[in-house]
Amino acid sequence: MKSVIKHNVIPGFGLTLGYTILYLSLIVIIPLSALFFKAATLSWTDFITAVTSPRVVASYRITFGAALAAAVINAIFGLLAAWVLVRYRFPGRKIMDALVDLPFALPTAVAGITLATVYAPNGWIGKWLEPHGIKIAYTPLGILVAMIFIGLPFVVRTVQPVLEAMETEIEEASACLGANRFQTFTRVLFPTILPSVLTGFSLAFARAVGEYGSIIFIAGNMPMVSEITPLLILTKLEQYDYAGATAIASVMLMASFSMLLVINLLQKSSRRYVEY
Amino acid sequence: MDEPWAVRWLMIGTALLFLGLFLLIPLAAVFSQALEKGLAVYLSAISEPDAISAIQLTVLAAAISVPLNLIFGIMAAWAIAKFEFPGKSLIITLIDLPFTVSPIISGMVYVLIFGLQGWIGPWLYAHDIKIIFAVPGVILATIFVTFPFIARELIPLMESQGREEEEAALTLGAGGLQTFFRVTLPNIKWALLYGVILCNARAMGEFGAVSVVSGHIRGSTNTIPLHVEILYNEYNFAAAFAVASLLAMLALVTLAVKSLVGWKMREET
Repeated sequence: MKSVIKHNVIPGFGLTLGYTILYLSLIVIIPLSALFFKAATLSWTDFITAVTSPRVVASYRITFGAALAAAVINAIFGLLAAWVLVRYRFPGRKIMDALVDLPFALPTAVAGITLATVYAPNGWIGKWLEPHGIKIAYTPLGILVAMIFIGLPFVVRTVQPVLEAMETEIEEASACLGANRFQTFTRVLFPTILPSVLTGFSLAFARAVGEYGSIIFIAGNMPMVSEITPLLILTKLEQYDYAGATAIASVMLMASFSMLLVINLLQKSSRRYVEY
Repeated sequence: MDEPWAVRWLMIGTALLFLGLFLLIPLAAVFSQALEKGLAVYLSAISEPDAISAIQLTVLAAAISVPLNLIFGIMAAWAIAKFEFPGKSLIITLIDLPFTVSPIISGMVYVLIFGLQGWIGPWLYAHDIKIIFAVPGVILATIFVTFPFIARELIPLMESQGREEEEAALTLGAGGLQTFFRVTLPNIKWALLYGVILCNARAMGEFGAVSVVSGHIRGSTNTIPLHVEILYNEYNFAAAFAVASLLAMLALVTLAVKSLVGWKMREET
């Protein structure tokens, strides 16, 4: 060990690293490996059957599909919100800026019952949409709304620092060279902030895929129609189908990890493109 | 060079509409629904026995998870920021893990170990030790989902602060703990406070993971979020929102502390 570690006068290495590894093992590594071991007790064909049955596949479609749509909406409006909050001055700006973190701070169950009540047919927003035949609560659309809510802060908070740190000289140079405002935005500013938008997008997506509390109240939770994958896992657990539950859970975990990997690679490549 | 005046106000309007729709309306709805049947119903909802025991369990879970995770966060940040060693990025990835895992899966892994069909389930049953569907399970699940918060706040900050100040303190004769309390701690105090507040908010508000390991037994293994769920499912909306408003107020305090911390940190740099 000593030959690997650079000589350092600061004390406490053994203690802190040892405690860190101990804690991580007890709280993270052992529990998570329990999941993979349990999933491994299924034979390969049983595993495939468990994760590809129609109800499970429908839940993937609903969960990942709605999460993707919500992340896209959050990317667009989050970028807009970040721009407006950083660049413009208007009354209530500071309060709005602080409120952006509400989905982080508000417990998911509270968010869930509130969204369900607001978008229900007799709710504050639901009653405006009901006459037009638009039903949000208890439908897949409700799942989308809940996912937009919980993913909202991610894009805003990843784009804001980049916008704040951007130098105005680049925009001024672009204007000097004859670009109009729109060209300046699309050719100069946007490529600089694209990596942060992608990061925020992927974080919002990953969070929405795993979310449970905010969604189950407003979704209809009907199998094949509006049932999200985490709920399906819980249902299987309650039926003591541990192997099935862990099989689906491992699929979800692998999907999340590969998503994050892909987005990391995307970011690396766009950073290369943007560096000057 | 700037956008035309009309475009600017269109953008502000659209952004405010989006933020107002998804943030302000739900926030207002919590309090409006809580007080819909009047103050008397509100007060009785938050003081009836099941609500009180839910509050007690929630506070207990937070009171155990936050200090444990605080110690872990400081230890991990110290190890990562002040030393070089192989496997550092693996440890950082492991610390970030609860963020990528669904809360349901977080709770499920504890059922897999401690549940009746789990690894040490039969041993626990034989010794009449209850973890799953009892208070210890709730606390374990809470620790799992909240342990990254403090570490994640401290690690980047301590990494950017480097080692020089601590090394200087050591050359001046300070011991390890002295260095920590007098040199490191003042530098990280705002990030530490923010991490603790976030960790606490998440510990008190966790729903999915606790839902899996708790037995939903009213009066003993229910936390505030689970109690809210029960009330809501019984169509007892005013009571559900009344209890929920407690957590909403905690959320507002969290946001206020965050603004304060951000302001203080900007002041100091």
